[in-house]
Amino acid sequence: MAKIQVEHLTKIFGPRPQQGLRMLDKGASNHEIRETGNAVGIADVSFEVEEGELLVVMGLSGSGKSTLIRCLNCLNASTRGHIRIDGEDITRYDREQLLALRRRKVSMVFQHFALFPYRTVTENAAYGLEIQGVEPAERRARAVEALELVGLKGWEDSFPGQLSGGMQQRVGLARALAVKSDILLMDEAFSALDPLIRRDMQHELVSLQRRMKKTIVFITHDLDEALQLGDRIVLMKDGRVVQFGTPEEILNNPANAYVERFVENVDMSRVLTARSVLHRARVVAFPQDGPRTVLHKMNEENYSSLLVVERDYTLRGTISLEAAVDAARHGKKTIDDLIEETPSIGPDDPLISVINTLAGWRYTLPVTDPEGKLLGIVTRTGVISALAESHPGDSLAELDESAVDSIPAEGGEQV
Amino acid sequence: MNVVIPKFPLAHLIDVALNWLTTHFAFLTKALSHGVSLVIVGITDALLWLPPWLLIVAVSLAGWRVAGRRIGIFCALGLLFIWDLRLWEATVETFTLVLISTLLAVIIGLPLGIAAALNGRISKVVMPVLDFMQTMPAFVYLIPAIPFFGLGAVSASVATVIFATPPTIRLTALGIGQVPADLTEAADAFGSTRRQKLLKVQLPMAMPTIMAGINQTIMLSLSMVVIAAMIGAGGLGGNVWQAIQRLEPGKGFEAGIAIVILAMILDRITQHLGRNSPATHAK
Ligand SMILES: Nc1ncnc2c1ncn2[C@@H]1O[C@H](COP(=O)(O)OP(=O)(O)OP(=O)(O)O)[C@@H](O)[C@H]1O
Ligand SMILES: [Mg+2]
Repeated sequence: MAKIQVEHLTKIFGPRPQQGLRMLDKGASNHEIRETGNAVGIADVSFEVEEGELLVVMGLSGSGKSTLIRCLNCLNASTRGHIRIDGEDITRYDREQLLALRRRKVSMVFQHFALFPYRTVTENAAYGLEIQGVEPAERRARAVEALELVGLKGWEDSFPGQLSGGMQQRVGLARALAVKSDILLMDEAFSALDPLIRRDMQHELVSLQRRMKKTIVFITHDLDEALQLGDRIVLMKDGRVVQFGTPEEILNNPANAYVERFVENVDMSRVLTARSVLHRARVVAFPQDGPRTVLHKMNEENYSSLLVVERDYTLRGTISLEAAVDAARHGKKTIDDLIEETPSIGPDDPLISVINTLAGWRYTLPVTDPEGKLLGIVTRTGVISALAESHPGDSLAELDESAVDSIPAEGGEQV
Repeated sequence: MNVVIPKFPLAHLIDVALNWLTTHFAFLTKALSHGVSLVIVGITDALLWLPPWLLIVAVSLAGWRVAGRRIGIFCALGLLFIWDLRLWEATVETFTLVLISTLLAVIIGLPLGIAAALNGRISKVVMPVLDFMQTMPAFVYLIPAIPFFGLGAVSASVATVIFATPPTIRLTALGIGQVPADLTEAADAFGSTRRQKLLKVQLPMAMPTIMAGINQTIMLSLSMVVIAAMIGAGGLGGNVWQAIQRLEPGKGFEAGIAIVILAMILDRITQHLGRNSPATHAK
């Protein structure tokens, strides 16, 4: 079951929300509804968030992102529809249940940090625990632990006013982490930070997320940030969901012209990852193979080099055609001491860095997991055609050429 | 034909109402008055029982700690000067009156200010009443105070409280109203109850503004002491009142200067209390 299920959620602001609903059902536009003094925050929004997923909600200003996220902890009362968290419909919660939800299950990080200026960093991080009635010694310990997690060791007794923006937002994050809730709501949490710090925070959020397996709903109006962070993306416009899917789905199959316009300026080489162009390595060599065996394998597949792996597929390097021929001529028993050290990339590396690595390497580029085991290979043609396909329109020619230019002679692929 | 529009009998109505209140409630207010005057006399006697130099040292040290060395020195010199003018006793009486009035004003004003800040309807009722209380000449309060509380310090402090409470109410409401929305929202988002939000977020954030209100209340109470002397409140105001009646400008100025010194000491110290409060870590 999904961690959070949002079903046909509608929020209408204003004095007569029910009237707004009726107009909405008759197909009135947001503009017509606004003329009656009501305002559509979100309309008929449905999606679900899996446990441990980082879901990004993206859209232009006024598209209802904040309204939506504030419904998820009932800072906004929703007008119609349901929100189920762990299967429980929180739109029906009474005040007590709501307090419990906000204390234990859902915590929030704010765009402008919303730290309490009269409290020290630790007291800020401990706020949620204090509200729950955790006793002072324990809440201090847990707050300090959360602060360490976000890299603020040594700043415990400072006041927020003494910290930079990036550090303040770390305090905001620590405050949310300290209560150990399963769900984090982050409303443009990094938008107020300058680009470099922002990138840092994004990386840290991703790595925190890997370790802690929180369910995160992250809001942004920045597509790059969305693509960087999101396992899946909800794209909103005028309070409605226009597309819901993985970053690659959204980029490759924009649901409509709006999404297309949104994504047309994306640099695909930063978005697509090695995984999307990964091929299985059909033939590999082993260190104890004799040169003639290797030459035979190469011949069969018409390769000018082979990747060499141990029996457990740990990557050793590359054996080239010339080296194998040479070894055969000198009657060597194995190719073990002829293996060339080989660069490798991770499956989640963006294509831009794949291109860079390819540029400095003559042979097939291996993709390995963090333990160094071979997952597959990427080829130049694969990279280029992936970029070309995902990039409709004008920038194609330019991209194609530059990509080819930066890559020297074909090496280890089919000749 | 000559049409005479009859005069609306406002004065008569008020007198009747007050009379009715006096006959039915005076026994209560008189008892209350008795209690309060015991407190006032008690505090005054206690302060006068202490040797003046000891108090001067204590106040100067407090001034130094709270507001810095210059204020500390000013407290010492000012109070010594008052002592030298033989106005010590009158100053202590005035101080007690200000203290009691301010305490009452805060006890009444703080909850009212909070209520007005959190509830729009209460605010709509309270704010015009405050305008009324503040613009009505303070003398007027003295007249009905006497039948309820008798001549003397209690009536004076009742009138003073009515006159001096509005700034505390107003600035408490203002301070709470000005707490940034995202801070109260953060409090809500972490599951604070209303009470927790008030105590842990709204009041600490509003504290500098509230202290500014209390400071104004103190200054207004001081300005009432001369007026209060007209109904026998004693203190420095009494000296001024005597000097007016006997046409002794020198004596009048002596007492006036003592009031100014007391005012400055109270003002500087309470101002710094507000400035040192935790919310000012916001930069
Ligand atoms: N309290 C409110 N009262 C009335 N209308 C509101 C209220 N809050 C939001 N709205 C309206 O709801 C719509 C969605 O606003 P929302 O704040 O959710 O947008 P957003 O996507 O978060 O935009 P931004 O990127 O600027 O933060 C807007 O048209 C806005 O005017
Ligand atoms: Mg927003």
